[in-house]
Amino acid sequence: MEKHIQLPITRETARTIKSGESCLLSGVIYTARDAAHKRLCELLKDGKPLPFDVTNATIYYVGPTPAKPGQVIGSAGPTTSYRMDAYSPMMIAAGETGMIGKGKRSAEVVAAMKEHGAVYFAAIGGAGALLSSCIKKAEIVCYEDLGAEAVRRLEVENLPVVCVIDSEGNNLYETGRNAYLASR
Amino acid sequence: MREIQANVLTETIAKLAIEANCVLPCDVKRRIEDARKNEPWETAQGILDKIIENYGIAEANTVPICQDTGVCCVFLKIGQDVHIEGDIRAAVDEGVRRGYTEGYLRKSVVADPLRRVNTGDNTPAMLYTEIVPGDRLEITVAPKGFGSENMSRLAMLKPSDGIEGVKAFILRTVEEAGPNPCPPIIVGVGVGGTFDKAAYLAKKALMRSTDERNADPFYADLEAELLEKINALGVGPQGFGGKTTALAVNIEWMPTHIAGLPVAVNINCHVTRHKTVVL
Ligand code: SF4
Repeated sequence: MEKHIQLPITRETARTIKSGESCLLSGVIYTARDAAHKRLCELLKDGKPLPFDVTNATIYYVGPTPAKPGQVIGSAGPTTSYRMDAYSPMMIAAGETGMIGKGKRSAEVVAAMKEHGAVYFAAIGGAGALLSSCIKKAEIVCYEDLGAEAVRRLEVENLPVVCVIDSEGNNLYETGRNAYLASR
Repeated sequence: MREIQANVLTETIAKLAIEANCVLPCDVKRRIEDARKNEPWETAQGILDKIIENYGIAEANTVPICQDTGVCCVFLKIGQDVHIEGDIRAAVDEGVRRGYTEGYLRKSVVADPLRRVNTGDNTPAMLYTEIVPGDRLEITVAPKGFGSENMSRLAMLKPSDGIEGVKAFILRTVEEAGPNPCPPIIVGVGVGGTFDKAAYLAKKALMRSTDERNADPFYADLEAELLEKINALGVGPQGFGGKTTALAVNIEWMPTHIAGLPVAVNINCHVTRHKTVVL
């Protein structure tokens, strides 16, 4: 019942992923949080190239704990997404097709998702030890000075996520809660 | 006067910081497992199963339950007949530094809220001290994640708002937080005091075991009523809908001014971490 998705996600694929679908993502994703998004969007504003190709990229909002010896990466669950709302429309316009985080998004982000074709997934917040087992390779791409907030390139296998908001603007945070309340 | 060397404080805090981040308190585990048994909604059951699996992995491998290993809150209850030999502040921060470095925990503190440069070692600790009778030193280390901290709120209500106003404010805070603080959550409430004391009480309420109800039956009833009302909101685990929105509501209260009714809500997630030792 889970949908296997091979990354990267194209604009066309993004439009086929529906709110409420459980997905397993495999392939390459990039990490970025608040500080990295700020820097990336400053580059975009200045018309400069980004340190990685954002075309069809999926970005995971995560700041992992340091890897213990023998580990690929430490605990790596999602951070709250609304702090990236100021930056996401610009990232989506630049080519981003997938976002992984947790929690609500702004109307502006949803509008950009509908316009360009992008999808918002949630991973389980607070399940960082479990999620890190799906990360097979991790390397820093840029902004090493930001520590946990540096941009990393991750190779993931069957990363479990749920599509919360799809490219039509359907939102599981509303429909899921309403369906449960209606069932009582 | 009993003497305790400051380096004992350092070692204890380092150890507690690692343990607290990797091993969920028994009472919180029990709440989550009970909630799983009573959860009728299928999506919610699946998420609670993953949450249970996650803290099992963390405990077995001594890895952090969550990647947000938090700001490190340290509560010291210092007996008035204890003398700590050395610089307490420096000893506490050294404990945090060691625990977060040796335990491979995330360094999530910036030196200045506006200029935002990471301190690199998760110091300084958020230090709370209380002088109490006796010759013991109680140390509690509580890593606090900010996904839930950011959803916390404070209101200076009017006395005429009364208990209904307090309930409405707590429910609104939880509903507005929705999926953001990683539900199921634990809700710490502080009522009374001053602006700052209410916030402190709310944080202190989160240090209480979820097995313990308020000693005053009036407040114990209020805790139970609010828990039921919150779980009727339908937010559910991770906000995908379900019965389990909160695991517990802990309220602390104190006297206040005739003109005021401060109420603070400090939200904590299902990764509610705290560990205490008494020296
Ligand atoms: S709110 Fe809690 S569970 Fe969620 S990411 Fe923060 S610390 Fe982890």
